[in-house]
Amino acid sequence: MKKLKITPIKNGTVIDHITPGFAVKVLHVLKIPESTSSVVSVAMNVKSRIGKKDIVKVENRELDPKEVDKIALIAPKATINIIRDFEVVEKHKVQLPDEIVGIVKCSNPTCISNAKEPVKSRFLLVSDDPPSIKCYYCERETEDIAEKII
Amino acid sequence: MDFKKRDVISIKDFSKEEINYILNYTKKMVPYAKGEKHTDILREKILSSLFFEPSTRTRLSFESAMNRLGGRVIGFADPSATSQKKGESLADTIRMADSYADAIVIRHPQEGAARLSTEFAESPVLNAGDGAGQHPTQCLLDLFTIITELKKIKGNKIVLLGDLKYGRTVHSLAYALSLLGAELTFVSPESLKMPKEVINECKEFGAEPSSISNLERAVKDADVLYVTRIQKERFPDAEEYNRVVGMYKVDVDLLKNAKEGLIIMHPLPRVVEIDPEVDKTPHALYFKQAFNGIPVRMALLSLILGDKKL
Repeated sequence: MKKLKITPIKNGTVIDHITPGFAVKVLHVLKIPESTSSVVSVAMNVKSRIGKKDIVKVENRELDPKEVDKIALIAPKATINIIRDFEVVEKHKVQLPDEIVGIVKCSNPTCISNAKEPVKSRFLLVSDDPPSIKCYYCERETEDIAEKII
Repeated sequence: MDFKKRDVISIKDFSKEEINYILNYTKKMVPYAKGEKHTDILREKILSSLFFEPSTRTRLSFESAMNRLGGRVIGFADPSATSQKKGESLADTIRMADSYADAIVIRHPQEGAARLSTEFAESPVLNAGDGAGQHPTQCLLDLFTIITELKKIKGNKIVLLGDLKYGRTVHSLAYALSLLGAELTFVSPESLKMPKEVINECKEFGAEPSSISNLERAVKDADVLYVTRIQKERFPDAEEYNRVVGMYKVDVDLLKNAKEGLIIMHPLPRVVEIDPEVDKTPHALYFKQAFNGIPVRMALLSLILGDKKL
């Protein structure tokens, strides 16, 4: 019997169906490796029924909703699987909310949200795949979202 | 239709019906704006006028509009004389101004400043221009000028010329003109083309704006030629500015093949883009357009602050 390239995890999160080539960006938004000392496995360009995909497995960590939103911004087709004792206890597709607050910096350098004002960045969803968001304040669409995630 | 205590931040916050309502109400304001009739419907009302960036027409016409309605104006035209210089946040300045007045009008160099202000003010906020962002009252006065001169907006061929990338007035205007059914043509230097997102917004209303580089061809069957200044202050580098400034010029030669009823508009100030000789032609409408800032702003202030309508 063939052996899996990445072994199942006991506890943690499996992020599946990441856009091929985007696993590194997912790691970046999850602040890995700085944020965890547990094992993290990455598989890129894995063949699947619907073409290639990337997979990230993070042991001993369950993603919070804010982190899931961040992933949706860069990998809109990703699925999140929460694993406890080798069992998938939760599985859902990422979905961007209509309003994205405090997780992306506006790419417009002269937007007031980038000044020292007591407000969080705020974006309105234009489309979720490919992800496109518009700043609530300056009304500009943000370019290169992955680079602007806080 | 109720506009009481409504913020005026972006033309996109208003429906087609609301825009038409404001434009119709503006007509009633004209004799008051000219000083032929008098009113004090905004007596005891105070407008806080916060100009963090230089302005001549917008600031003076807001002040004139408030005075013509019997209200009063406090504020500043030079932020160097305020606590901003000491590092005060915009949010704190707005909280302060909010407690001193019944409405706030703000011009600020950063995009989104007016929208942010609404979060810290109980009173209505009117955006008088936020950086390269929105300038809704300019947009309304432009629409009012076209309607006054050509009776309608729908179906008219309107050419937007000049700095279509950084020019804040043309973005709001392209949106509103598309909403109201005008046919748009964009003419600009390659590096100052209308942003893709603005074109997409126009298309959402069924408009099919075309972009061409030949001004003569665009002007030939146009009903409105809307000219904008290439804004030096919005350019990241001087070299690029020098390359494009003066690329298009509106002069009497250009107008030889234009329609008799063509109107030429400009938000002003102009520099070199319209030859002064054009001022003498019946096409030139920019000074009348500048006057229209008063009745439009009177209409808005009256609808937002007034207890009764005129």
